[in-house]
Order: sequence, then structure tokens, then C-alpha cells
Amino acid sequence: MSVAQQIDSNTSVDVMTDTDQYLTFILAGEEYGVDILRVQEIKGWDNVTPIPNTPDYIKGVINLRGTIVPIVDLRHKFSLDTIPYGATTVVIVLKVSGDDGNRTMGIVVDAVSDVYNVAAEEMKPPPDFGTISIDYVKGLATVEDKMVIVLEIDKLLNSGVLDKSESFLQ
Amino acid sequence: MAIDITQFHETFFEESFEGLDIMESGLLNLDIGAADNDTVNSIFRAAHSIKGGSATFGFSEVAEFTHGMETLLDEMRDGSRDVTQESVDTLLQSVDCLREMLGASRDKTPIDLGRAEVLKKDLEKILSSNNSIKSPSENNDSNSTTPASEPSGGSGWEIKFKPYHDMLRTGNDPVRMFRELAELGELSVEVDISQLPALEDLDPEESYLSWKLTLKADVEKEKVKEIFEWVEDECDIELNELSAATDKTDNPANVIAAATTASPQATDKPKKLATPKKPATSTDSASIRVSIDKVDALINMVGELVITQSMIGQLDCDLDEFDNNRMEKLRDGLTLLERNTRELQESVMRIRMLPISFAFNRFPRMVHDLCQKLNKKIELRTTGEQTELDKTVMEKIGDPLVHLVRNSIDHGIEMPEDRVSANKPETGIIELNAFHKGGNIIIEIKDDGAGFNKERIKAKAVERGLISSDEQLSDEKIYDLLFQPGFSTAEQLSDISGRGVGMDVVRRNIRELGGNIDVSSEVGKGTTFTIRLPLTLAILDGQLVCVGSEIYITPLVSIVESLQIKKEFVNNIAGQTELYKVRDDYIPIVRMHNIFGIDAEQKDLEGGLLVIVEGDGKKAGLLVDDLLGQQQVVIKSLETNYKRVDGVSGATILGDGTVALILDVDGLIELSRNPPTSGNTSTSQVREVA
Repeated sequence: MSVAQQIDSNTSVDVMTDTDQYLTFILAGEEYGVDILRVQEIKGWDNVTPIPNTPDYIKGVINLRGTIVPIVDLRHKFSLDTIPYGATTVVIVLKVSGDDGNRTMGIVVDAVSDVYNVAAEEMKPPPDFGTISIDYVKGLATVEDKMVIVLEIDKLLNSGVLDKSESFLQ
Repeated sequence: MAIDITQFHETFFEESFEGLDIMESGLLNLDIGAADNDTVNSIFRAAHSIKGGSATFGFSEVAEFTHGMETLLDEMRDGSRDVTQESVDTLLQSVDCLREMLGASRDKTPIDLGRAEVLKKDLEKILSSNNSIKSPSENNDSNSTTPASEPSGGSGWEIKFKPYHDMLRTGNDPVRMFRELAELGELSVEVDISQLPALEDLDPEESYLSWKLTLKADVEKEKVKEIFEWVEDECDIELNELSAATDKTDNPANVIAAATTASPQATDKPKKLATPKKPATSTDSASIRVSIDKVDALINMVGELVITQSMIGQLDCDLDEFDNNRMEKLRDGLTLLERNTRELQESVMRIRMLPISFAFNRFPRMVHDLCQKLNKKIELRTTGEQTELDKTVMEKIGDPLVHLVRNSIDHGIEMPEDRVSANKPETGIIELNAFHKGGNIIIEIKDDGAGFNKERIKAKAVERGLISSDEQLSDEKIYDLLFQPGFSTAEQLSDISGRGVGMDVVRRNIRELGGNIDVSSEVGKGTTFTIRLPLTLAILDGQLVCVGSEIYITPLVSIVESLQIKKEFVNNIAGQTELYKVRDDYIPIVRMHNIFGIDAEQKDLEGGLLVIVEGDGKKAGLLVDDLLGQQQVVIKSLETNYKRVDGVSGATILGDGTVALILDVDGLIELSRNPPTSGNTSTSQVREVA
């Protein structure tokens, strides 16, 4: 039984056949979503060990019960203004799949928001906007009249890790 | 009997591959014409187990193919056939074929039956070729199997039954079995009491007897086998048809273990006897076989740990009465705990250690094959096969070793006629030596061949544009050229080596393991490659150093010394490169904070601490803020979840749970030459932009 099913049966939300659940988080007032099945855990911000000569959005590495997990600051990655980390700052630990297997990475976000069910057909393709590459956006979902930017975390987090030359900004 | 026998497949394959290795090494050791009985026997046993196992698990193609080999081996075993070069070669090829077949069965890919068919025909041809050398006198030897030309006085069976010593303990009674046999027909029993000890040494629960039974009855083999079904894996049993014209021997033990429950042991046991505690050699196996001694040691250690824990636990019941006496006890307890922990750690690490013979095992065959192909005469000598090495290191060192040995065979050892004319013995010698030295394993590949021609290497390097023609090079530098990509001195390309891919890969692989490789060579005398490898990849003795607010770990093995900088010893080149004079050496200073881009306290050289490290034959002095303690650290990979970082070989977790990076000394030296902030387009530069 998958986690999604479990959550569905426990919370008795109306289950549609091809609804996916997304965990959303806030980043500079915008709401972003990631596939909840990829979320391994959510933890508070703690000090990291910086890695020399890496892009500045790589904050460093943490010890997650014996494994070394790199932490990406999404504000940095999206070229947003940095803010000091506060009480709501959290690290979302995600499972990322790449060409050479799965890896575990963490993203620093302002705060976690909610869990939404989004049907696949409700997802709108992202318009070609200039700020961030649309490769990293799976689609736009509307939940309670708000827009949620659903991220393609595999592409988002593998770029800059695997492709050294690829610039995140277009 | 609803047992899913697929769960035993893994074990079966592991053991079969092991059996193939035994067969292979056995075949290579066979002296043509004068085969050693023990060797033939062990080859036979291995083939036999594979056949039995594969029949049990339903790999009928494998079983059928092995049967042919077994028949041939059996004839060699009982002396009715000469061991010829032809048959040994065919058997070796069959071993290869069998390995492929088993591999295919394991990976559930279709078996290539074409090759098997060809080999099967070859085997049959050998079998049918008439070179039976059996002399009549051998027939009288009570130990030989039933002669082929036994007068057929009516159909029946001759059964040789030799229980293992402990058969009686499992509640099997030979008498009952004989009685059952007697029900099938006329039975005569001969008992062999030669193994019977003197009365005072006799253990009444052991079985010392063996029997030769002659059953004159027209019954099917299966019927006879059935009677022995329950003792198959506890005895040696031979079943020969009395009327048979050929001496086709078949052992019911193991062949068809009708009872699936008994089958794992049935295939397991005879091999265990042949080669105790021989772990699997398959290089990509995810499992590891550990000798029971090591496991016992671990269990002991854990027992100790529990005792120590309870001892310390007793101390804290009444904290009010905490006095000096208790303090003393607590201190003792902690000392004990520390020792236990260390021992436990060592034992656990030892589980991963395998004797290097696993890497060496493949060479006799390789040397044998290549010698035939190249018409060279080479003797392979190995020492230190029992030297233990971490499993991961072992798996990764295999290919580089193969490459080096191939090189030695192909380029090192000369043709026999050349050797003779150079006043050397016709047979060349390749030595593989493994031993411990310091915290390292040293593997030497030594040949007594032609040695490297330095002039030729240089000429080649000039030709390839690696050096300019007027460059003066030290020997070390010349040999270093060998490891440059795209470099090969072979005058003629062969399919064995000489394509110029390789030596650079060899060195890279070895470096990835944290080792290095050296060459020394003398023209006409031979070449020695020396590989230095760390004992284990998992744990490292480290020196903790502090730069700014960061703690880094420097591998202790690479530290030469640490010293306080004195201004008068600092020299500059072109106002940039800083050199530090240590005795007669000028060592470049690597400012850690610059390279890693961190804010350090100690930016001034004066009074700073310099850790002199050596990597890849080059020395450098790392400028650090402070030296902290030394400790063993567990190496964790950064690459698992991130990627390789220049100058960093991995990470570890310190006592307080934080992550510290382990410095890669070679990488740091490299990095200091091409700093990430300089204008060139090194990868780190690109990454920073990205």
C-alpha cells in the first residue's frame, strides 16, 4: 500500500482515480508544490557543513542519521532575495531520481504550507516565462483560487549537480 | 513439501561458480600424463556437485552438459584414461562454457546452447576415442571402481557404500537399509573393516565401516537409490550396474536429490569437504561469506559489551552516594567500554576482509591461456595469498591487476628463443606478491623479462607530443609517461594489450582506491610494478585541522610533519607562489582558506601552522589555523547524494553529530595549482558560475 493511499484512507478526502498529492511550501510569498511521495521528511533548519567551491545555492551537507545529505537553498536557486533563517524555516528532505540512481537531497524553504490533492487534468502547462526554466516546472495547479507551482524536482535538483555547465537561469 | 526451492538458487550459483574455480585451478595444476589422484578427485567432486545441484534446481541443460565432463573425469579418476593435454584443454573450455551457462541461468537469459553442443561433441569424441589403459591387475585393486568388463552374470547392482563417520547420529541404520535391499533380490554383503580403530579408541556412536554390496536382482536404479535416499548426503555411495559393458558410474548421492528438503545440504556438503571456508569469488556478488570464527569472535565481543554495559549501569543506581570509589569504577568501566568498542569495530571490519587469493586466483588460467597463444613459457609464482584486503578494494583491484599481468606476459617476458640468447632460462617468471607494510597492502607484479627501454619510452612520448625532444627526464618521470593516456610502447598491436588504453586507467583505478602505483625496471632484468593500497576504504586515521570555523580531516598517512611557520624560511617565486624551506626541500604553501574560500583567522603566514602533506609523490604545506585531535573516522561518501568535490575525498560524522569533510591531498595540490578563482576554465570555475 502506497503512502498516498494510506493518507487517503486515513483522512477520508474524496479520492479521485488519478489525483496526486502535493506538499506545498512557501517561498517569498509564492506557493510551490512537490510530489508528496518524494518527501522523505521535514526537519527544522540546523547548521550545515559548507562544501568548498560549490555554487552558493548549495548550503552544505548535513548528517541525516549517518548519511551525508546536501542541502539546496531554493531562494538562492531561484535567485530570490535571501532572508535570515527563522523559526518557520524548514528543510524538506526529498528523494531525487537521476540517471545514476536515487539520491537524497534537502531543500531549504521559508515554510511548509499544506497538502493538496490535484487531479492530473487540472494541472495547467506552465507558460513560457523568463525567470526560471520551464523544465523545472511540472505545471500550475489552482487550489482554492491560489496558484501552486508544481516543481519537477528531479530536473530541478539534478541540474547544477550533474550538469556542471547548465545554468539554472535562462 | 511446499518449499520454494528458488530461495536456494543464490547459494547454488555461488557454490557452482566456486566449484568451477576449483575445477579450473585443479585442471591447471594437472600434470599431463601423471595426474595426481587428489587433484582429479577434487575436480571430479566439483563437477559432480554442480551436476547434482543443477539437476535438483531444474537446470537440465547444465546438468546434462556437466554429465559429459563428469564421465570423462571419472575415467581419469579411476585411472582408466590418460590425462592428455587435449582432454584438459577441452575440460577447461567446458568449464568456461559451464560458467556462461550458469551465468545465463542466473540472469535468466537464454543459454547459448551452440557452444555447449560443440563442446559436448568434443567430449564425446574424447570419450569414445580408445585409449583405455586399464591393466587387468587394476581390477583386483579393491579401491578401483568396478571394472568395465565384469562378466555379466545376470543383471544387478554393485553398491559401494561408505557412510561418513557421523551417519549413525542421524538415526540411519545401515542394517535396515540392507534388509530393504535384500527384499529386492539376492544380496551379498562384504564389509570393509580396515578403518576400524582399536577398541580403546572406538567411539560407539561413529561409523567406521564400509560395505560392498552385490545385489542380484532385475530392479531399476531408482529403486536402489530410493533406499539410500535419506543418507545421500551422509555417505559416499557408488552404484554400478553388474551387467553394464561400460563402467558408467553414477552416484545417487547428490545426483538427484528427490527430497527437496535434503537437496541444499546434498549439494552443499561434499563441496564443503573439498574446500572448507572458501568464499565466493564472483566479483559482483552482493553477499559475503564469513568464516564462523569471525562471527564467533563478534558474538563474544558483543557479550563483553553487554557485560560492560551492565557494569556501568549498576553504578548509577544511587547517585547520592557517588563517591571516589564509584568514580574509580566508572572510569574502569569506561576504559573497558572503549576497548570493547574498538575491538568490536575491528572485528566488524574484519568481516569485510578477504584473502587476496580471490584476486590472484584468476591468474594461473590467464597465464596458461596466454602462454599457449603467444608460445611463451611462463611460470607464475604467488606469495602472500592469505593477505587480507577489504572486499571493495579487492573487487576494484582485479581489473588493474589483470591488465598489469597481461602486460607483463605480452611485453615483459620475451619469447623463449630470445631469452635463451640473452642467457636467461627459457621459462620466464612472473611473481605476484602481496604483503602488509605500514597501514597499507603492497601488491607487487614482478617479471624477469626485458624491462622497459627508457629511450623507447622517451621516443614514443616525443612522437606523441607528450614531451619535447630535448627534455631531460628523471627515471621516475620517464616511467610516469607510461601512465599517460594514449601511451603504448608495444611495437605491434595485439589483442592482448598494446592499444594504449589501460595504464592510465590502471593508475586512475588505483588512485580512486586511495592507493598508488610505482614502476621500477632494469633493461634485460625485468620490471616490477608496486601497488600500494589502503587496508580498508571504510575507516581512516585522521588528523583534525581547523580552518576558520570549519573542521577538516587530513588523512594521517599523508601527513609528513606539522610545524610552526618561521618567516625566514618563506620564499616567494614571482611574488606569488610561496615556498617554505623545510631542511633542504622547498615546499609550496597551500593556503587552505584561499582554496576553499573561507574566512580564516590565520591569514598571516608568520606564526601559522603548516601541515606538510605528501600526495602522489609531491609535497605541499597546508596552512591551517589549528591542529585538533587525531581520531579514526568512518568515511562517508559525498557522491552518494551529491557529487565529487575537488579537494575533498569524502565526509565523516564527528562525535557531536556534525559533518566534517575529509581532505583529498592529491586533489588539494592539484587545486592549488589551478585555483578555482583564476581565469582558466577549470570545472570548478564553471560550476561556480553555474
